Amino acid sequence: MTDDRLRAAVATGVLASEDAHRALLQATVEVARAIFRAKASSVLLYDEVTDELVFEAVAGEGSETLVGERLPSSTGIGGWVLVTRQPIVLDDVSKDARFAEDAAKKTGYLPKGLMCVPLIHEEEPLGVLYVLDRPQEIRFSLEEMELLGLFGNQAAIALDLLRKARRARAVLDDAGTDAALLARVAENLEGLDGERRAAGVDLLRSLEALFS
Amino acid sequence: MAEPATERPLPAWSRPAGSTESLALPTEWPGRVTREWAWGGSTGKGVRVCILDSGIEAAHPLVGELAGAVAVEVGDDDEVSVVEDAEGDLCGHGTACAGIVRSLAPDCELFSVRVLGAGFTGSGTALLEGLRWAVDQGFHVINMSLSTTKSKFAGLLHEAADRAYFRRSVLVASAHNMPVESYPWRFSSVISVGSHEEREAETFFYNPSPPVEFFARGVDVEVAWLGGARARSTGNSFATPHMSGICALILGKHPELTPFQLKSALYLTATNVEGLGD
Repeated sequence: MTDDRLRAAVATGVLASEDAHRALLQATVEVARAIFRAKASSVLLYDEVTDELVFEAVAGEGSETLVGERLPSSTGIGGWVLVTRQPIVLDDVSKDARFAEDAAKKTGYLPKGLMCVPLIHEEEPLGVLYVLDRPQEIRFSLEEMELLGLFGNQAAIALDLLRKARRARAVLDDAGTDAALLARVAENLEGLDGERRAAGVDLLRSLEALFS
Repeated sequence: MAEPATERPLPAWSRPAGSTESLALPTEWPGRVTREWAWGGSTGKGVRVCILDSGIEAAHPLVGELAGAVAVEVGDDDEVSVVEDAEGDLCGHGTACAGIVRSLAPDCELFSVRVLGAGFTGSGTALLEGLRWAVDQGFHVINMSLSTTKSKFAGLLHEAADRAYFRRSVLVASAHNMPVESYPWRFSSVISVGSHEEREAETFFYNPSPPVEFFARGVDVEVAWLGGARARSTGNSFATPHMSGICALILGKHPELTPFQLKSALYLTATNVEGLGD
């Protein structure tokens, strides 16, 4: 195990949980939806194992059903944005257009317009952010595009944290490793308070002195 | 496709005494380069434009006939093959770009090179190999409304972009409108394009503060979309085919121009340089 993974495992066990990162991501899509006065907003994470995009957080239309649903990573608008790293905005899509079909089939909701931006962290695209059906009467501006990019940056950071938390969790769940043992001890200690915590800290200090 | 007559035997970087007459330009440039001189009367006829993108829906009313379509496939171990493409467009974006080029240069030849669909993991390789293939074919204009952030591809893309430049393939690439490093638009051998908010398709601005060199129409553009449909779209990726279309018009009238000369003509006819736009 590398030092990085060990540090990540222990730090994440102590400092944060996957639930907290998921809540941060959910808050991001909620705010994106509110700011753009849109019908829905969602974040999809790229799953490198299956080469697919997975809905991680959804606000508005589809929020009950979409989380966990998967789309291909290089077809459709989300796939295009992920692969090309270029944000895209579409409005007034004709009724008969083949458009966002995959997502539409899964939600029963066919948007008339969408904004989609890549979520890039340290040169790596982690996923995409969708904002569906902002008010059509408002002409889109480059200012809004910048705003969309800013949301994209925030969502990328949240998505990166979630991904790291999951990797760290995988390390923790691998009970056979020494790092997992240490991380579990750190995590359990964090859950204690009062005298038990003080006793635990004393014991760990003694162990530290013994091993140094 | 015919080889462009640009790669001459070496040496080409020095001139023996008395040989400078062979440096005469095939066309005399006017004292003042105007839009009328640059592309007045041109329809893009004779210019081969390649759309490196998600594929193109052939016979869309805003696109018309295609001169050809291929797909770049990436197999196991990054093995690449370029095959005839019958899939059309996997997203809609390539069709939108093709329609924009067609609207400006109605008689140009449009060719689709699909680099989407190989999965995300194969996408960098597909992009690079698609570009290399397009340069090999000698297309006059290659529209790349896309980019990669993977630095491992930067050197190879740079090499391909320079090769295009010296073979007289003009590479027109979308700039990123997010604060990330991406390629190939940052290379000086390409024509990099961002968006402005004006409504005229032929309005474009030279940017005196590169790396983005030109701004073209990229906000609220009516475009072709899948299923013979239309949509309104925004993004640098739609500004780029506007510049590609204008390049096709200029090359339709002045096929002898090198990418350097073409870029110079673009500079001199930019809305903020020429001003009046004739």
